[in-house]
Amino acid sequence: MYGFLIAVGVLLLLSIIWMVYRIQTLVSVVKGSDKKIATGSNKVNAILFVLFLLGTGILMFWYSIKEFDNYQLPVASEHGVITDQLFWITMAVTGVVFLITHVLLFIFPYKYQYKESRKATFYPDNNKLEIIWTVVPGVVLAGLVISGWMAWSDITAPAPEKAHVIEIMGYQFAWDVRYAGKDNVLGDYDYRLTSAQNSHGVDFSDKNSIDDFPSPVVVIPKGEPVLFKIRARDVLHSVFAPHMRLKMDAVPGMPTRFWFVPTKTTAEMREELGNPEFNYEIACTEICGRGHNGMRKVIEVVEPAAYQKWLSEQKSFIQNNPALAKGLESDVKELAEIQ
Amino acid sequence: MATASVATHDTAHDHHDHEHHDNFVTKYIFSTDHKMIGKQFLVTGIFWAIIGGFLSILFRLQLGFPEMNLEFLRPLLGGWIDESGALDPTFYLALVTMHGTIMVFFVLTAGLSGTFSNFLIPLQIGARDMASGFMNMLSYWFFFMSSVIMFISLFIKTGPAGGGWVVYPPLSALEQAIPGSGLGMTLWLIAMTFFIASSLLGGINYITTVINLRTKGMSFSRLPLTIWAFFLTAVIGLLSFPVLFAAALLLVFDRSFGTSFYLSDIYIGGEALPNTGGSPVLYQHLFWFLGHPEVYIVLLPALGITSEVIATNSRKPIFGYKAMIISMLGITILSFIVWAHHMFVSGMNPFLGSIFMFLTLIIAVPSAVKVFNYLTTLWRGNLIFTPAMLFSIGLVSFFISGGLTGIFLGNSAIDIQLHDTYFVVAHFHLVMGSASFFGLLAGVYHWFPKMFGRMMDARLGYIHFWLTFVGVYMVFFPMHYIGIAGFPRRYYSWTNFEFTNMYTDLNMFVSVAAIITFSAQFIFLFNFFYSMYRGRKATLNPWRSNTLEWTTPINPGHGNWPGEIPTVYRWPYDYSKPGAPEDFIPQTVPLSATPESNLPHEQEQVKLEMEIMKEESEVLVANESKH
Repeated sequence: MYGFLIAVGVLLLLSIIWMVYRIQTLVSVVKGSDKKIATGSNKVNAILFVLFLLGTGILMFWYSIKEFDNYQLPVASEHGVITDQLFWITMAVTGVVFLITHVLLFIFPYKYQYKESRKATFYPDNNKLEIIWTVVPGVVLAGLVISGWMAWSDITAPAPEKAHVIEIMGYQFAWDVRYAGKDNVLGDYDYRLTSAQNSHGVDFSDKNSIDDFPSPVVVIPKGEPVLFKIRARDVLHSVFAPHMRLKMDAVPGMPTRFWFVPTKTTAEMREELGNPEFNYEIACTEICGRGHNGMRKVIEVVEPAAYQKWLSEQKSFIQNNPALAKGLESDVKELAEIQ
Repeated sequence: MATASVATHDTAHDHHDHEHHDNFVTKYIFSTDHKMIGKQFLVTGIFWAIIGGFLSILFRLQLGFPEMNLEFLRPLLGGWIDESGALDPTFYLALVTMHGTIMVFFVLTAGLSGTFSNFLIPLQIGARDMASGFMNMLSYWFFFMSSVIMFISLFIKTGPAGGGWVVYPPLSALEQAIPGSGLGMTLWLIAMTFFIASSLLGGINYITTVINLRTKGMSFSRLPLTIWAFFLTAVIGLLSFPVLFAAALLLVFDRSFGTSFYLSDIYIGGEALPNTGGSPVLYQHLFWFLGHPEVYIVLLPALGITSEVIATNSRKPIFGYKAMIISMLGITILSFIVWAHHMFVSGMNPFLGSIFMFLTLIIAVPSAVKVFNYLTTLWRGNLIFTPAMLFSIGLVSFFISGGLTGIFLGNSAIDIQLHDTYFVVAHFHLVMGSASFFGLLAGVYHWFPKMFGRMMDARLGYIHFWLTFVGVYMVFFPMHYIGIAGFPRRYYSWTNFEFTNMYTDLNMFVSVAAIITFSAQFIFLFNFFYSMYRGRKATLNPWRSNTLEWTTPINPGHGNWPGEIPTVYRWPYDYSKPGAPEDFIPQTVPLSATPESNLPHEQEQVKLEMEIMKEESEVLVANESKH
């Protein structure tokens, strides 16, 4: 029934198009307009360009202003404030160019539409103009690039030594988090050690790994540098924390990193937005298979004191599952159990 | 020199005499006539555009109406619709992958470059055919084979390739990771291999033809900008497609022969794979070494077509002919050294990111120059809005809108947030997808009379343009907003995250706009096929244009000109020249015939021209008497 209706609809549409087409062909033959260089439709098209300019222009401004709070994500990291600023500066510069060029592009068709009495101006070149509109965009772009480059250099500079180290490991289709523990050094790992009990493939014979601990949520302190050590164990993933303006691919076989300083606790952001349900999230932005759109991890930003308290309450991998220490040398084992 | 040219004329005559016994197969199927091959590329391209567009409608249904019962698609999609009537998420990924692959390679590379380079190069430079008609034919049939294989891959049980059109390993290398990486990916790689062979065969031909077969007087500084664009496009393709082949070949090794070029430290499906030492980032470098120039492979021909169409219909010379060529040359060179701006957050060294940010923003300068030159060409013109002209103006608009958002994305600091969000989707669909698509349509409307000897209906063209132009903006402009809001690409649904759990209304709007825009293309299809047989008969030079193709008969045979190939005496943009009686002077009119409109420096060239013509006629006379 459904298919039949669609077929009828399509048929109807086609016959209408057909009719309109035949009628207007006949009309144009009668009018002899097919012999003219420009018919009345030339004017119609010229006017439509102006209407398009006005219509879409109004629509764009109205929607951009109305929806500003919706599409402008709140920012919660130090570098995010800077990149947002760059974004809006670029928006202002390109916005001006966008408007000017489009006004010209759509006004010219109206203003210079075909008239039999007029002849177009023969104006093949003007080197001065060419130089101007090579140099001006060049200079403006140089300004944008240099400010972007300075921000980029700061963001990608090595993390401060005191940064809290957290490993985020992507796999199909979730993130696993490992904290470096008291020594703030992550233990070695080897992908061949990966198992159901040891999802990170941590090498527990490395002393640094003894105090490493897992967490279902990424808890980080406000105002202190945090270093994400990022890796993947099957295919490419990408850590995207939109409110932190943070994104870095997770690559199997090649650890990556991104450090940042969160500026607002989850509680503060909840209050600011008036949304008690709000959470900072991590999503995956590199296509990774069927569950690509479900790789969610929550980031909880807390006050530094609360963070220290939380840290001291965590139990290491080995404390959670003593079986992991099996096969380790006895002194290491002892150390692990005391921790 | 003079004798040489006489010799070519002679062979040309012979050639012409031979060509009246084409049968159906040699004329329509295994044709070596560049015009027929161009049409073959066009029709195949249109076929793929319908498929590619339709796939996008399928996934737009999912994005705009996630709750919708898609049961009615079961006859077509079978098991990819689950019991509850929802689209399978894996198949969703396959849809976006195939949409990208088809549109970028099969429609905008083969359909655009293949059609117009083939059709226009010999006609506009004054040649009988391509340098090698046979290679040209092979180029089409390699493309055809590639098409058949890619088409088959749509229907296999495990589905077509599903790792995104960039097919990054390890996802594309491991069948365990996604079913599309099995047979579907194998077929993808085979199809692309044929496609690359096709592109190379075509490209070598285009380059050779432009360099060697230009008619007398057709110097590089008198080439229409279309030819410059096709020429540079072919150069880019020739240098970058082999790198894609290398990338694909290494991927084949990793998939089938146990090598580790791209694979390292992988634990998947409960087992650790033996591969170590490979780098997925290596693939990305190789892929984007083609992938970025590819953007210009699809865009430059569209810009070339636009230059020609805008100049003709503004009745004005293109402003800054030389600046346009220099810009295209600049784009050609720079297009090879910006690839890593697709990889700012791929984990590559951030210093490399800085370098590529600088190079990327340099490429914006020649693009800006081109836009300003188009605007100045329109300024004080006498504009005739043929459908081709409308689509060209539309192209300039998309080129501006999409080009400006490139300035955000080329800035690595800003790109951190925007990378792989819908902002990117909006950006490249405008600047590369829609702009090139409009170039393709402008070309079809403009050269249809030359292709089929009939006119397309202008009024249907206007309706088609306005629906498509408004439609494209309604589809892609809203994507900027959801991109700024951080919506990631290639997501089956948005409900898993709080930050993306909004804008359902906007997504619905986009989907509706997409469906309307897609439907509007059927107006074009009707117009195209109907006009082919029943359209108004074309006149010799319907747009009153200067270029050489309009000096051929209305339905040119194989060999293009029944008599001698015309000689060229001037550049192709003498529109509305002061003093001239008409508002156009074709390239074949000698300067000596237009003393009233010659510029001072041209007046000096007249003397030289007269001498050459005199010499030429002497040789001809001598030649005649010998016979």
